[in-house]
Amino acid sequence: MKTIVFAEHLNGKFTKSSLEAVSYASAWSASVGGTCIAITYGSIDASVLGTAGANEVWKMDALSAADGEQITKLMLAAQKESGATAIVLSQDLIGKSVAPRLSVRLNAGLVSGASFLPTGNIVKKNVFSGKAIAHVTVNSEISIVTVLPNSYGVNAAGAACPVNAFNAEVGTARVRVKEVRVEESESIPLPEADKVVSAGRGMKGPENWGMIEELAKELGAATACSRPVSDIGWRPHHEHVGQTGIAIRPNLYIAVGISGAIQHLAGVNGSKVIVVINKDPEAPFFKAADYGIIGDAFEVVPQLIAAAKAFNATK
Amino acid sequence: MKILVCVSKAPDTTSKIAFTNNNSSFDEAGVNFIVNPYDEWYALVRALELKEAQGGNVTVLSVGGIDYEQIIRKALAIGADDAVRIDAPESDALSVSTHIANYAKDKGFDLILCGKETINYNGSVVPGMVAELLDMPLVALAAKLDVTNGVATCEREVTGGMEVLEVNLPAVISAAKGMAEQRIPNMRGIMAARTKALEVVSVENTTATTSVNNYELPPAKSACKYVDPANAAELITLLHQEAKVI
Repeated sequence: MKTIVFAEHLNGKFTKSSLEAVSYASAWSASVGGTCIAITYGSIDASVLGTAGANEVWKMDALSAADGEQITKLMLAAQKESGATAIVLSQDLIGKSVAPRLSVRLNAGLVSGASFLPTGNIVKKNVFSGKAIAHVTVNSEISIVTVLPNSYGVNAAGAACPVNAFNAEVGTARVRVKEVRVEESESIPLPEADKVVSAGRGMKGPENWGMIEELAKELGAATACSRPVSDIGWRPHHEHVGQTGIAIRPNLYIAVGISGAIQHLAGVNGSKVIVVINKDPEAPFFKAADYGIIGDAFEVVPQLIAAAKAFNATK
Repeated sequence: MKILVCVSKAPDTTSKIAFTNNNSSFDEAGVNFIVNPYDEWYALVRALELKEAQGGNVTVLSVGGIDYEQIIRKALAIGADDAVRIDAPESDALSVSTHIANYAKDKGFDLILCGKETINYNGSVVPGMVAELLDMPLVALAAKLDVTNGVATCEREVTGGMEVLEVNLPAVISAAKGMAEQRIPNMRGIMAARTKALEVVSVENTTATTSVNNYELPPAKSACKYVDPANAAELITLLHQEAKVI
């Protein structure tokens, strides 16, 4: 079985979610004795995709940006050329634009947001915002899977692999990028962070976020917030995690002064370890927590900062 | 401007998630179904705002059985002009998208709006499939949408910032948080919804390319371990030595 996997890059680096997709595709094809071809574009050193598990890379140098329709045509050409029967993408912005189009064009079953490797033609994915897992059967000859970001780790045990030039007729992009506003920030992008420190209304006001940022910095974590906090403008919208904000699955999620409404939990319940700090012992979040501290954030967080500093000094 | 808004139903966020028939189907007993929030709060309300500002018509469309009618009436009560229910089982995303595209292809819609995903299946797939089936461009996960002279301008969140995109209509756009604010239907809207047109379209069944075999619940969380607030530093030790996450 041949597997093709799309790898997206940003600012000269492959995204973490793309590397996860490559590792997923590599493990899937290896489990049935096949090979894994990573598909990418532009002027980037793509041999590094071998370290995440690709056997080879096909790269279209002439393409400079990832437009949904153009990448669809690139992947269709790569599928045709390779005869691949498994197609993998990350369930990120580009994956959400490309995978459905591929499914239509190839009449191929698509399982979106898979978090586990397939067994035969059954692929498991999270449903009900993480409250259940569905076992989905793919009934078509070709299977397409998009991998839920942060659910399948990057396996970086491989070695650099050969990169071959690949060209396809990709047409022109109908969606035009007018502007990209990158917000100046030294912090880690939230969807890619493997540790997150998040805070809610219990912080009483935006002026008190200094300690949240400091704790995050000491732990090497990104900062996030609850919906009420972004709605009243204490924190930017892109920090809002939850049902209507972004869903994250870090290894460590520390929630300070967040009660844990079900809508908030839906965005964070995939986290490996959840720590809840709240002065209300009845806060529903404690039911979903691995570790809890019932106490005032203004007393607890400074202790944690000091302890994290001491811990970092021993490393 | 002719706008089509695709709406799906979803169990209320507070619903108990349980399964029946050997865990092969969702247990709907006692479950309250709502309009999928992304479809209602963002896609539908933004469509209504655009219509109110520029004129036009907003049609809501659902694929599903008779149990969809209360969902559709809710969308009409919020302000959609008319509605279509395609009478077919919601088997898989490709079947649903095929029904939507077959209905929409000769109706001259300028804009097809969907929520970015349903809160029960979390697929984020139907908008892209509809776009491909209708040979239209797609902007996925737009958090802002404006339309001027047949050109849609969208903003969406990308890693580390925002991106501004432009696309000529007709196009498919999926809505993320920020595109609009939830509207609560008023009594006048609820009364008016009763008499608005709801067309039921019969279709041939399609073959599903995927099917759900069964469901399982995630392993139960072990009980929360409490740390003394007077000795909060112990948490850092536990995270390092026991949980091994730092």
